[in-house]
Amino acid sequence: MDYYLLIPFLPLAAFFINILLGRKILGTAAHWVSTLAVFGSMVIAYMSVYDVIHGRIVNADLYTWIISGTQFKVSIGFLIDQLTAVMLVVVTTVSFLVHVYSVGYMHDDPGYYRFFAYLSLFTFSMLMLIMANNLLQLYFGWEAVGLCSYFLIGFWYEKKSAADAGKKAFVVNRFGDFGFGLGVILLFLTLGTLHYVPVFEKVSSIAGQTVTLFGTEVHLVTIMALLLFCGAVGKSAQVPLHVWLPDAMEGPTPVSALIHAATMVTAGVFMVARLNPIFSLSPVAMNVVAITGGITALFAATIALVQNDIKRVVAYSTVSQLGYMLLACGVGAYGAGIFHLYTHAFFKALLFLCAGSVMHAMAGELDMQKMGGLKKYMPVTYWTMVIASLSIAGIPPFAGFFSKDEILWMAFNAGGVGKFVWALGAVAAVLTAFYSFRLIFVTFHGEFRGTEEQKHHLHESPKVMTIPLVILCIGAVAAGWIGIPQLFGDVLGIEHINWYAGFMEPLLGHPEVHASHGVEWGVMGLSVAIGVAGILLAVKFYLRDPGIPRRLAEEHPFIHRVLWNKYYVDELYDLIIVRAAKAVARDIMVGFTDAKIIEGIVNGVPRFIGWTAQQIRKVQSGIVHHYASFMAAGLFLAFALMLIKLWT
Amino acid sequence: METPYPILTTVIFAPIGGGLLLMLLSRKSESLIKWLALLISMATFGLSLPLFTGFDKTTHLMQFQERHAWIPAWNIEYFIGVDGISVLFVLLSTLITILCVLISWHSIKDKIKEFYVALLLIEGSMIGVFCSLDFFLFYLFWEAMLIPMYLLIGVWGGPKRVYAAIKFFLYTLVGSVLMLVGIIVLYRHTGTFNILDLMTRSYPYRLQMILFWAFFAAFAVKVPMFPVHTWLPDAHTEAPTAGSVILAGILIKMGAYGFLRFSLPMFPDAARAMTPVMLGLSVVAIIYGGLICLAQTDLKRLIAYSSVSHMGFVTLGIFALNAQGVEGGILQMLNHGIVTGALFLCVGVIYERTHSREIADYGGLATPLPVYAGFFMVFTLASIGLPGMNGFIGEFLIILGGFAANRVAGVLAATGIIIGAAYMLWLYQRVFFMSVNDKVKALDDMDGREIITLLPLLLLVFWIGVYPNTFLSFMHVSVSHLLDQVHYGASGEMNLAQIFMDLVK
Repeated sequence: MDYYLLIPFLPLAAFFINILLGRKILGTAAHWVSTLAVFGSMVIAYMSVYDVIHGRIVNADLYTWIISGTQFKVSIGFLIDQLTAVMLVVVTTVSFLVHVYSVGYMHDDPGYYRFFAYLSLFTFSMLMLIMANNLLQLYFGWEAVGLCSYFLIGFWYEKKSAADAGKKAFVVNRFGDFGFGLGVILLFLTLGTLHYVPVFEKVSSIAGQTVTLFGTEVHLVTIMALLLFCGAVGKSAQVPLHVWLPDAMEGPTPVSALIHAATMVTAGVFMVARLNPIFSLSPVAMNVVAITGGITALFAATIALVQNDIKRVVAYSTVSQLGYMLLACGVGAYGAGIFHLYTHAFFKALLFLCAGSVMHAMAGELDMQKMGGLKKYMPVTYWTMVIASLSIAGIPPFAGFFSKDEILWMAFNAGGVGKFVWALGAVAAVLTAFYSFRLIFVTFHGEFRGTEEQKHHLHESPKVMTIPLVILCIGAVAAGWIGIPQLFGDVLGIEHINWYAGFMEPLLGHPEVHASHGVEWGVMGLSVAIGVAGILLAVKFYLRDPGIPRRLAEEHPFIHRVLWNKYYVDELYDLIIVRAAKAVARDIMVGFTDAKIIEGIVNGVPRFIGWTAQQIRKVQSGIVHHYASFMAAGLFLAFALMLIKLWT
Repeated sequence: METPYPILTTVIFAPIGGGLLLMLLSRKSESLIKWLALLISMATFGLSLPLFTGFDKTTHLMQFQERHAWIPAWNIEYFIGVDGISVLFVLLSTLITILCVLISWHSIKDKIKEFYVALLLIEGSMIGVFCSLDFFLFYLFWEAMLIPMYLLIGVWGGPKRVYAAIKFFLYTLVGSVLMLVGIIVLYRHTGTFNILDLMTRSYPYRLQMILFWAFFAAFAVKVPMFPVHTWLPDAHTEAPTAGSVILAGILIKMGAYGFLRFSLPMFPDAARAMTPVMLGLSVVAIIYGGLICLAQTDLKRLIAYSSVSHMGFVTLGIFALNAQGVEGGILQMLNHGIVTGALFLCVGVIYERTHSREIADYGGLATPLPVYAGFFMVFTLASIGLPGMNGFIGEFLIILGGFAANRVAGVLAATGIIIGAAYMLWLYQRVFFMSVNDKVKALDDMDGREIITLLPLLLLVFWIGVYPNTFLSFMHVSVSHLLDQVHYGASGEMNLAQIFMDLVK
């Protein structure tokens, strides 16, 4: 039975129903169509996951998508294995909960049907991406999720900032896709196929082959891996293409939770893990992945320290956490990267939905400096957000602890750049704990700093919104328990306590660890201590002695300004790319080459002919004695020629 | 192939005959003229459908052939037929003409009779160009198409229509004259105008080179390739909607078609030798045509320049000289006809309401016109090559073929996908998003006629995007035969991976 086909196509059907009938017929019933479809999708996805756990892996083609010549052939097909299974759980679960939450959050919006239509289209696209059995279909899903993200960031399109942010997200991602697309083409030209299974079988045969690039010998597989990684840098918002994600917060908050935290942005990590046989062949590419991830983790965390917009703080924390996942992939611990992807989906979606709940109470206010003391008005939101923050800070026994500890431990163990990226990750971990609790303390503790009107309006969100919070909260607590480190198992005397590692090992492998238990306990203890230290620091800064932050900012104005302005990366890109391209187009192409050179020649030729004709026309003056003198001159010339001829 | 009626002759002369019939009507019976024009164009489309269903995809030979002696003294024949390269363009022409009739329903207000006559005459001669297998006949149709097109721009166009029409006419004529010289040289050399016959002969290298450039002049102007593209923005901007749609949809395809039909198989050595130049010009067109869109303030002018960029992809694919490139190129010609044609139709829809082409006069259109915004969005996305829509398939195959032929060209062409997204989405934002401009607040959304006009193209966008094999399967055998001719049958379809690995070493 090919029931798994329903997983992506139920949401697609919901999209068509809503977009065609939503505006005039369905109205507020639109949410039923989409929510039921994604619920069905979720149930069937869990059935497939059950199959995978019991060793039944699907790899089947649906139909042949493109045939060109005799050599190029690619299908639409589905692969459901361990990696897809984990992604299926994440995507369908979070998507379903976000759908439910949106029923409450979006209830007065005039674009209600449109919102649900896009959510369904997104769910379909994301499922096509993770279930693809070849790179071109992955690329299809990849671009389609980007499109949905564009639609949803710019959902309130009448706001210029929202329209700008949507366009920016799309175009910045295209920079990554430029490399990704070339990587796919290079892969096809080298191996003659784009389907995962034959690609992975053949790829080891090109290890060691080199090409000459700008006069140096480079490994072919390194170029391939780095081109593909460009796509991940764009989609997973890594430095230097991270600039679109914070702006993406212009979209409705449920979208930020689903697309810009839990699912779409993790597609880059998924892709690197999926293509691990290619990446693993190139140590250079692996180092680039690890270092990009490590730097992004730290870089984004520093920016998050000073931002006041609650959604932007959480957005920068997403960028930072995605850095951790790629860092893990870069040191060969793909399983750990995907594990963090999975736990992160729960606690990060929860953080966003809590932020949305706060905005709901504050009538859209985003500046946390205008909040404070919300704890007593919205207890469910407060407590679920605290738990999500403990999870992201890596405090046991919450989900984030297990995955983050696994990543740091794997990095610590890896040779080469391992220790370096571990250090980046460890420093970022302090900052993570600090800014997460800064957000909690400033928003929920202390005195309310908003207007009287806002204060009057404060309320806990309705059940349709708080129930998803509670369910995600269970995930943020317990999702990590499927991957308890074997270290604990050894103490407790349980042999295969790390179920997750065993599940993933056939697909993603598991790096060998040679260190002693003592070292492992030490590194783990340090990770936890780092998290606790970050929280205590936040307590000191924002509960005990609230004057510290301002004093620090005044003493170090330069650092504060750089962080507040996000290292001026946006300004730099605006100058060297946006303005430069527009100036070249307007002043050089329109103003000079087209207008002066090409049109100069084009209009110049007829003008020259016209001018010549004008000159010649003067001869035909219509005056008889002019003609007579010309005739005389002609005759004279003829005679002269004749005489010369006779003479010689 | 046995057919109950000579399909190609019918499809060429139904619109021409219909046009002549319209001429006989009184100019006062406006609605009769419109309905009759619609009927003729729909009948032509219906009559052309057996080309789609009855086409034999297993042979590269010309099908639906008709051959009659015409001027025996000069060895001139009435010889027509189609293969996998040309057949789809005949179908596209018959479809697009219907849409042109529909979109002009209310927007053309004076000289209605003459307008529809011109439209139908263009249709007939365009189809003639795609079917001709005799050079004399080909040239006749090629030039015949110019005159009604010139009138379409010059009579029913915008404020600067006369300048644009003359520019269009002279530009194309200069190119065509050189081709005419080329045709005469060929005739003097061989004594025949038979295109199939001419393809089987081989010519000295110097002659090939001269003829390649003579034909290049005509085709490059039509495409239009950089740097002979400057007639296109003016012609598009000033032409009435139907004129722009015909121009973008079919007319500029003829340049690329000319390369495929004549330049490659007849002058293969010259074509291969000139590949670097052609690839270079194509890449310049892609990037230059794309970047220049960022500076446009006029809706139609922007879309016109985007055509330069998209046609750069087409010529890149053709001169990649491998199966993926050429098939991608042909598919992209179709795609461009569908998508750019649709975009011009969309501009026509709004122009009819506001009489403004200035982007700055719009803003926030998505609120008063949601259906229109939806249609425009689909075509915008198709234009920037989103997978699942037609543009992606063409561009992907072209970049694949281009990369295999020349790595630098492939990489540079791929930058076109970034630039394309930037200018199209920025255009969309300025027209449809942000606060609603007072000038457009009270406009009506699309009516049934307009939806019917755009719907066929919308369906084609997804059909080609989701199941391109319907269309690609028409091309395989013909393209492989064409490549045999270009590569002297060495190995018809070069092994892509092999070419690439040679490059690597």
